[in-house]
Amino acid sequence: MKDSNSPKHSPLEAAHIASGARMIEFGGWLMPLQYKGIIEEHSAVRSSSGMFDISHMGEVTVGGPGALEWLETLLTNRVGKLPVGRGQYTLMLDQLGGVIDDLIIYRTDESVYFLVINAACREVDLNWMRSLLPDDGSVVLTDEGDAYAAISIQGPHSAELLQLLFPGFVLPGRNGIAPIPNISSRGKDVTPFLARTGYTGEDGFELFIPALEGLPLWERLVQLGVKPCGLGARDTLRLEMGYPLNGSDLSRSRSPLEAGLGRFVALDDNQKGNFSGRKFLESQRSAGLPSLLTPLRLSIPGPPLRPHYPVIFDHSVVGETSSGALSPSLGESIAMAYLPPAISNPGTTVEIEVRGKRYPATVCSLPFYKKP
Amino acid sequence: MNVPSELRYAKTHEWIRVDGDLVTVGITDHAQEELTDIVYAEPPKVGAEVKAGITAAVVESVKAASDIYSPISGIVTDVNEKLSLEPGLLNTDPFGQGWIYRMKPSNAAELEALLSPDAYSALIAR
Repeated sequence: MKDSNSPKHSPLEAAHIASGARMIEFGGWLMPLQYKGIIEEHSAVRSSSGMFDISHMGEVTVGGPGALEWLETLLTNRVGKLPVGRGQYTLMLDQLGGVIDDLIIYRTDESVYFLVINAACREVDLNWMRSLLPDDGSVVLTDEGDAYAAISIQGPHSAELLQLLFPGFVLPGRNGIAPIPNISSRGKDVTPFLARTGYTGEDGFELFIPALEGLPLWERLVQLGVKPCGLGARDTLRLEMGYPLNGSDLSRSRSPLEAGLGRFVALDDNQKGNFSGRKFLESQRSAGLPSLLTPLRLSIPGPPLRPHYPVIFDHSVVGETSSGALSPSLGESIAMAYLPPAISNPGTTVEIEVRGKRYPATVCSLPFYKKP
Repeated sequence: MNVPSELRYAKTHEWIRVDGDLVTVGITDHAQEELTDIVYAEPPKVGAEVKAGITAAVVESVKAASDIYSPISGIVTDVNEKLSLEPGLLNTDPFGQGWIYRMKPSNAAELEALLSPDAYSALIAR
């Protein structure tokens, strides 16, 4: 009998094992944490290029004549803004304004949308979406997660690399998506896509390909000299940009307004109607936000910051870190924490407690890492 | 895997070297390889009393903090100041420039309970 608790395996796993990757369980999947080292991989993405196996992420296609209208009620950003071939960052909230997931939605055709959702909440997201589908069949939702492998190539040299991979192909602009040429969709009825999106703050491309094409493509990229990078570097790269992570910085107990993501919530867009969580957000905004996700950095050299370290202001614990790291690019410890809005202004000094010792820290502004 | 023959070892992957009246403590090549990039080290304070098998120091890699247990008991006499600016020495030279602290042992008999180089090599081979 299949053990439902055993982790899922990426179609690219053989390549990770062959290169000696250290594997960990993440979101129910066995994924590479690192290959040669987190700092080396992080630096490769910042200075040239690196690639991540993101096959654990979920892919959902939404189509049918009612697709757009339905998606507008599901997601916070205004989906109708998207021309064909473009994507946007957006959030899916519950009725109390809590974050179920953050995701990117792409419009791949007139009335077809492609959603890329987080690995850890694939099942939760799908159950939520299915529970809200209209009965009349006007919206067709397809879970394509297992049909796709996915690779994210990130770094200042990524466009050059993609050109080498697909000579003559006109790469989409930032947030654009296009079908990939010259990859046969063998075996599965899924369209291979290339999207110019990422989670690192660098130029980059996310490739969604039929699962069987994943390993050959990864190996081609290795031959082109692209450095495999793991989840460890993925986390330090995104944190340096101040990008939130669902499950750490985003959760059901905080609204996207508290997370500082108001620009992805179309409350003031008169073409956006009702959506899950809207009423809650409006009343939260009128009442005043109870907390704000605040960027912090240690003011003196100290240990790496990690999640769940207490934050102290004026001798009281006012919150705890939700994410933290020793930033490889900055050589400083950085973190984010939900704090009372009154103390979330840049320049405010607080303390962060690590193993019982308190270190001075300052509220700063995002991104932590600014490109030179 | 480097396991110098003049040292003794704890099961928890610390090494100890007798230097006259004092002993020097660090982490092994096996330990640094498991930890990967070490980005921070917190040695004990000079004058602190450390006890065999109890946390004396903390070493942090990018992903996790690790406790370093004192192989024997004693009073800390020196700490490696270089580690604050160059924690990577723990990776590149764990038996040399990556030493963590020195102490005056309070009970030299505790050295007998530690592993010989052969016994430690056997442990990490498993």
